[in-house]
Amino acid sequence: MDQNKLTAMTVGALSDLLEKKELSSTEICTAYINKVKETDPTIQAFLALDEKHVMDAAAEADQRRAAGNARSLYDGIPIGIKDCIAVKDERCSCASKILENFKSVYDSTAVANLRKAGFIPFGRTNMDEFAMGSSCENSAFQKTRNPRNTDCVPGGSSGGSAACVAADEVPASLGSDTGGSIRQPAAYCGVVGLKPTYGRVSRYGLVAFASSLDQIGPFTKNVKDSAILMDTIGGYDAKDCTSLNTPCGGFAAALQKGDLKGMKIGLPKEYYEMDGAAESVKAAAQAAIEKYKALGAEMVEVSLPHTKYSMACYYIIATAEASANLARFDGVRYGYRSPEATNVLETYMKSRGEAFGDEVKRRIMLGTYVLSSGYYDAYYLRAQKVRTLIRRDFEDAFKSCDLLLTPVTPDTAFKFGEKSDPIQMYLSDVFTTSLNLCGTCGMSIPVGKDPANGLPIGMQLMAAPLREDLIFRAAYAFEQA
Amino acid sequence: MSSGANKFDAGRVAMLARLELAPESLARFQSEMEKIVSYVDQLTELDVDGIEPTAHAAPMTNVLREDQAVPGFPRDVMLKNAPGTIDDELVAMPQVLPGGGMA
Repeated sequence: MDQNKLTAMTVGALSDLLEKKELSSTEICTAYINKVKETDPTIQAFLALDEKHVMDAAAEADQRRAAGNARSLYDGIPIGIKDCIAVKDERCSCASKILENFKSVYDSTAVANLRKAGFIPFGRTNMDEFAMGSSCENSAFQKTRNPRNTDCVPGGSSGGSAACVAADEVPASLGSDTGGSIRQPAAYCGVVGLKPTYGRVSRYGLVAFASSLDQIGPFTKNVKDSAILMDTIGGYDAKDCTSLNTPCGGFAAALQKGDLKGMKIGLPKEYYEMDGAAESVKAAAQAAIEKYKALGAEMVEVSLPHTKYSMACYYIIATAEASANLARFDGVRYGYRSPEATNVLETYMKSRGEAFGDEVKRRIMLGTYVLSSGYYDAYYLRAQKVRTLIRRDFEDAFKSCDLLLTPVTPDTAFKFGEKSDPIQMYLSDVFTTSLNLCGTCGMSIPVGKDPANGLPIGMQLMAAPLREDLIFRAAYAFEQA
Repeated sequence: MSSGANKFDAGRVAMLARLELAPESLARFQSEMEKIVSYVDQLTELDVDGIEPTAHAAPMTNVLREDQAVPGFPRDVMLKNAPGTIDDELVAMPQVLPGGGMA
């Protein structure tokens, strides 16, 4: 088979050919490794790729299938893994110098679940350091390029996971989303990205950024693959005390073509009235709304009155949690230790000062400040109360509709260095952070391209907690129409 | 409530956060952080009296498990990522207490 045709395939299509014995896992993985060698010197989506781990796993998958013991329909298909999700015996650096030489001693539950179905962890994808950023420019190691236009960023923080799927370097990947880190890069790279309901996917083995917001989710080429991966990685895990003890699965089997008669889609006016949104994004949003109407969905205007406060609320809560979570990187038990330190305080101060990047330092400082004596009530407690107001907005909105439809980002992918001011960078997540504060689910789907520069535009479908089924139904209908 | 931006002291907060900032970068961090603190100060526009705080999006309850011993990770595995070890069983550290005596 033609190699470029093979690497452009979806998880579903690869599975069909594996089942028919027209392709082996060894052939599939060889093709993707060759594709990475050819493309990644330019795209730079991968921080590492252990070919031996991949090819050994492929040979084992082929043996299982030949013996009639395939672990699932997907046994032998490679999946890219973000560098903050633990894979046993592979690096887990979070694109930070402080963990540059760290190797995981166990599998995260999401990866263990992938392996149970025979999926093969494939490389370590680049990210903003500790998932703090919206462009991948905060990686300590390399700048990932957007495969749709290599002068532009892929988005972030899961930019490597989005870019490797868009560049056909892997059929699908896992990322993590704390304030939009799956949905925003999916929109910028023109792929499907799902942020599941908080608690759906175990966080065991995900390096913590903001524990009440973080969630692992898939990047895929189409909606069906997203459902397949969600069926695989989700579910209760006793190792994560925030894991939801609720059935999670059957999403892929439930997909069927058809109209959306009876479905109510809410259009939050604050998202459509926001200043500064690009004309191309507004036009693509309007076209998506018309397509949904043609599919039979009923559009209703809704209001999320506290939308303008979500960014400030998010930055207080996320950084407060991050300042506590990142306290563990102290140069003592693992990670970088400054050779200059002569006592324990210097070990903390110098190791962290030398090995954390500027954005991580800014966020640790903001988080430390909002939790510090005298400021806790004014910032952290107030932000938690605003979080309640934002959550109530969503609860009220979902009383009158099944889904919300909004742009993912106010603009298309921007050029390297274009957003040098930290607050300007934060604002590229203006449409995505509310969802994490509410703990609910959302998906970015590609809906078109900016006619001026050809860059992809994404729309976000949001549902009430645990209603990924509604998102999959509406996203699949849109894609198939 | 007055703005917190003019009270932000990068040097003090960096000490609290155990971050050594290079002297030449202190002024830049001070100015960037003042802008960020001013931005998040917009939450003071809202009246939040009587609103209960949300710490977690999903309802959280204490999670208990059966009190059964299960194997943990072996020591040699957990020490693999340590910056320094003593006799392959301890994490080596620079001096913790003032004065001499410790290796």
